[in-house]
Amino acid sequence: MTTMTDPTLQTTHRTTTAGGPSRIRIPLGARRLSVPITDTSAEDADLARPAEPHEVVFGLRDVSVYYGGFRAVRDVNLEIAEREITALIGPSGCGKSTLLRTLNRMNDLIPGAQVEGSVAYRGENIYDKDIDPVEVRRRIGMVFQKPNPFPKSIYDNVAFGPRLNGVRRSELDDTVEQALRGAALWDEVKGKLKQSGLSLSGGQQQRLCIARAIAVNPEVVLMDEPCSALDPVATARIEDLMERMKHDYTIVIVTHNMQQAARISDRTAFFSTEVNEAGDTRTGVLVEFDDTAKIFSNPSDERTENYITGRFG
Amino acid sequence: MTTTLTPPRAAQRRSLRQVDRRTRWRKLTSLVMRMVLTVTMALACLPLVLILYVVAERGWSVVDLHFFTQDTLPFRLEGGGFRQGFVGSFLIMALAIPMAVVPGIATAVYLVEYGRGRKLAALVRFVTDVMTGVPSIFVGLFVYAVLVIGTVKLGFGTLAAAVAIAIVMLPIVVRSSEEMLKLVPDSLRSASLGMGARRWQTTTKVVLPAAAPGLATGAMLAIARGAGETAPLILTGLGSFTMTLYLVGERQASLPQLIHQNAVQPFEPGIARAWGGALCLVAITVLFTIVARVIAARFARTREGM
Repeated sequence: MTTMTDPTLQTTHRTTTAGGPSRIRIPLGARRLSVPITDTSAEDADLARPAEPHEVVFGLRDVSVYYGGFRAVRDVNLEIAEREITALIGPSGCGKSTLLRTLNRMNDLIPGAQVEGSVAYRGENIYDKDIDPVEVRRRIGMVFQKPNPFPKSIYDNVAFGPRLNGVRRSELDDTVEQALRGAALWDEVKGKLKQSGLSLSGGQQQRLCIARAIAVNPEVVLMDEPCSALDPVATARIEDLMERMKHDYTIVIVTHNMQQAARISDRTAFFSTEVNEAGDTRTGVLVEFDDTAKIFSNPSDERTENYITGRFG
Repeated sequence: MTTTLTPPRAAQRRSLRQVDRRTRWRKLTSLVMRMVLTVTMALACLPLVLILYVVAERGWSVVDLHFFTQDTLPFRLEGGGFRQGFVGSFLIMALAIPMAVVPGIATAVYLVEYGRGRKLAALVRFVTDVMTGVPSIFVGLFVYAVLVIGTVKLGFGTLAAAVAIAIVMLPIVVRSSEEMLKLVPDSLRSASLGMGARRWQTTTKVVLPAAAPGLATGAMLAIARGAGETAPLILTGLGSFTMTLYLVGERQASLPQLIHQNAVQPFEPGIARAWGGALCLVAITVLFTIVARVIAARFARTREGM
């Protein structure tokens, strides 16, 4: 994880991203106008969206995550709704990424990591003893901070997951094409599917990773700062893609870029850190969780206000 | 848009050509050190070059087609070749390579993929390190005691020799494969596991293919080392004056063993054949090492994207 504690870095982010700081305060209604092109049926569904409340996909109750004896995040209560983009924002070390990784049990892979509380995925606690973490990860896909395509061909990268799940060879071509179309990469790579995934540009590689993640039809896609290694143009493309993807998938994204959260997410969770009295450690806490428009225009917590206006720390 | 700048007033500034004494001293030290290091390097290379030169010069005249197609003649007679040695070495290596490479890579996979931070892994790593340092004559003695005359009683032959060579190669394969597997970035493992792949699927479908060229390099280096081992072969293959294809029950010759046998007796033709055999062995070893380096270089190039 790159560190972004340096306030100058935050500033750089703001100035390099189209829109500038004023964008933060733009209410949700205005933001909707800039929704990129989608097919009309999806557009209709999007307009109808606020009327019907969305089903809860994740329900987190009193979740704390420990690394060894150190508590990285404490007592998080959070509900994530279906077919929405939920953004997790906050300063470095506040446990956003840690929390994201608990949602598909990727933390299991870190020695000494331990989760307390319950993470209910459609009503079932994914940390119950009889739940297989591999099954959890099959349903809940992940896109990482740094594009990490396998050193294989573009085709084999996307076909990796379907092959694991035993998709037949005759259907594989279709599955790969669908996934690449879904990740808005098909037109750029359709002539060179046999080339290495590493031959693509950074932004294309990240879209390839998104294609790889959605090729197995996950129900949720977790994104851990998917744009932090990309330039503004590639970032914009990925944001467009996320807007389109949310008609089919539930997306949870960790981002350091507040404009990004403001532009694309429906709900935003703001995390902050508390210094522990014993020892020089910091624990992340969930400060505020609300509609993105509310968080960025009228936050109820002073810490949120300070953070989004750049007065943090 | 142009800006006018004031021209430099040379008189007021110290010229770049004016260098103080310490700087000049540093320059001199640098020059001397560079010369010392170059000479040391040349001295270190000298024995290597001499070995290659002497082996080539003395062995060249003996190596012809007959050298590969005829068995060894009595030491006093000219002509004849090392056919049984080439065949023997080939058979021994053909048996030893799978015996060393397959378990070696499997062990490395355990160390890197499954055993991280476990006591068993630390123990395995320690034992492998010790095995790398064990003189190969001990390995020969061990196989002699257990397989040749001892518990199993196979007698001298190809199989016993192959087991000894495999034991010599095994720790090299394990350690080099371990390093290669460690080079595979964790982000690839996360990507695979994050898609719901199991650990073994991640290993077989992502990690091993990504490390394949490196694993091949390690195996090649181990083969080059194994092909040149002599001491264990004397205790396990014993040697033979005729070619044999039997794996068990007949004594087996090999290139290093024949070189040794021909070199330690007083007759000129035999000694000449030993030089020829040495030349061939060096050539084979160099060939394997070059192949290994080429693969490694290609590996390094494909890694750059990661």
